[in-house]
Amino acid sequence: MARVVVDVMLKPEILDPQGQAVANALPRLGVTDVSSVRIGRRIEIDFTGEPDLDRAREIADKLLANPVIEDFEIRVEGVAAEVA
Amino acid sequence: MRIGVVTFPGSLDDGDAARAARIAGAEAVRLWHGDPDLHGVDAVVLPGGFSYGDYLRCGAIARFAPVMESIIDAARGGLPVLGICNGFQVLCEAHLLPGALTRNQHLHFRNRDQWLKVESTNTAWTNGFTAGQEILIPVKNGEGCFVADTKTLDALEAEGRVIARYIKGNPNGSQRDIAGITNEAGNVVGIMPHPEHAVEALTGPSLDGLGFFTSVLRSLAKDGQLAGGQQ
Repeated sequence: MARVVVDVMLKPEILDPQGQAVANALPRLGVTDVSSVRIGRRIEIDFTGEPDLDRAREIADKLLANPVIEDFEIRVEGVAAEVA
Repeated sequence: MRIGVVTFPGSLDDGDAARAARIAGAEAVRLWHGDPDLHGVDAVVLPGGFSYGDYLRCGAIARFAPVMESIIDAARGGLPVLGICNGFQVLCEAHLLPGALTRNQHLHFRNRDQWLKVESTNTAWTNGFTAGQEILIPVKNGEGCFVADTKTLDALEAEGRVIARYIKGNPNGSQRDIAGITNEAGNVVGIMPHPEHAVEALTGPSLDGLGFFTSVLRSLAKDGQLAGGQQ
C-alpha cells in the first residue's frame, strides 16, 4: 500500500480546549499523573502508485493544515516522520 | 446595485443575507459555489452556515470552490466582500484576512443577542456607523474564537483594522475581544456575529445589522463602482 500519513497538530501556543476537556475528565478515571492532553488529526493518503511525499506535503500545506494555527508531520507509513 | 450572495453546500443564512441586501435597497443575486461566474455583481456576501459540513476545518474546503477562485481575484482588485460567521472562516482560510477562527474556548455553541462596539468605520461595510457606536446583533457559533499571533494582532490594532469588538461579555474567547476585522484596503470584512439577522423588528433584536448593507451601497455609490466592473 502506497500510504502517506499526515499528522496535523495545533501549534503549541494555540489553546486546545478539546484537549483540556479530555485532561479534565481523566481524574474521573482515577488518572492523576497526566499534566496535559492535546488533540490533533491523523490523515491517511493512499496513492495509486508510489507514495509521493512532495505531493503529500503540497496537499498538507494547501488543504490539510492551516499554517496560521497548525503544524504537520508527514511520513510514508512505516518510515520515520518528516517535520514540516 | 447588485449584491451577490454565495450558496455553498451547507450554507444556512444565504436566504437571510439576500433578504437583508434587498431591505437595504440592493438587488440580491444568488451565486452558486460551483459556478465561477460572478454575474456582474458589485459586492459579495459569504453567508453563515456549515459549508461542506465544516469537514476538515470550517471554511477549508469552501475556499477551493470554483466561485471562490473568482471572488479571491475580484477581492484583491477591490470588490467589496463581507464574510459572516462561516463566511469569515472562509475568508481567513482563503488568506484574504489574517488569523483563524477556532473552537470556542468554553467548547459550547453560543447563540444569543450580542453587544458589539464598532471601531473602524473606514471600510466598505462599516462606513455608515460612527466609531464607538454600540450595536446589538445575534451571535451563533461553535468555532468563533479569533486567534492570531501577537504581531498580527498588534498590526490589526495599529492599522485600525478591528471593525468591531465584543462588549458586555465575550461569547467565544476571541483574542482581544475581536468580533470582526478588515483587510488593508478596507474592502474585505469578516465578522462572526450575524448582521443579516438584525434587519427587521419582527425577527431581530434590533435593526443595527442593516448598517453593514447600507454602508456598502453608500461606498459603491461614492466610488461609482457599478455594473460589475470588478470582473
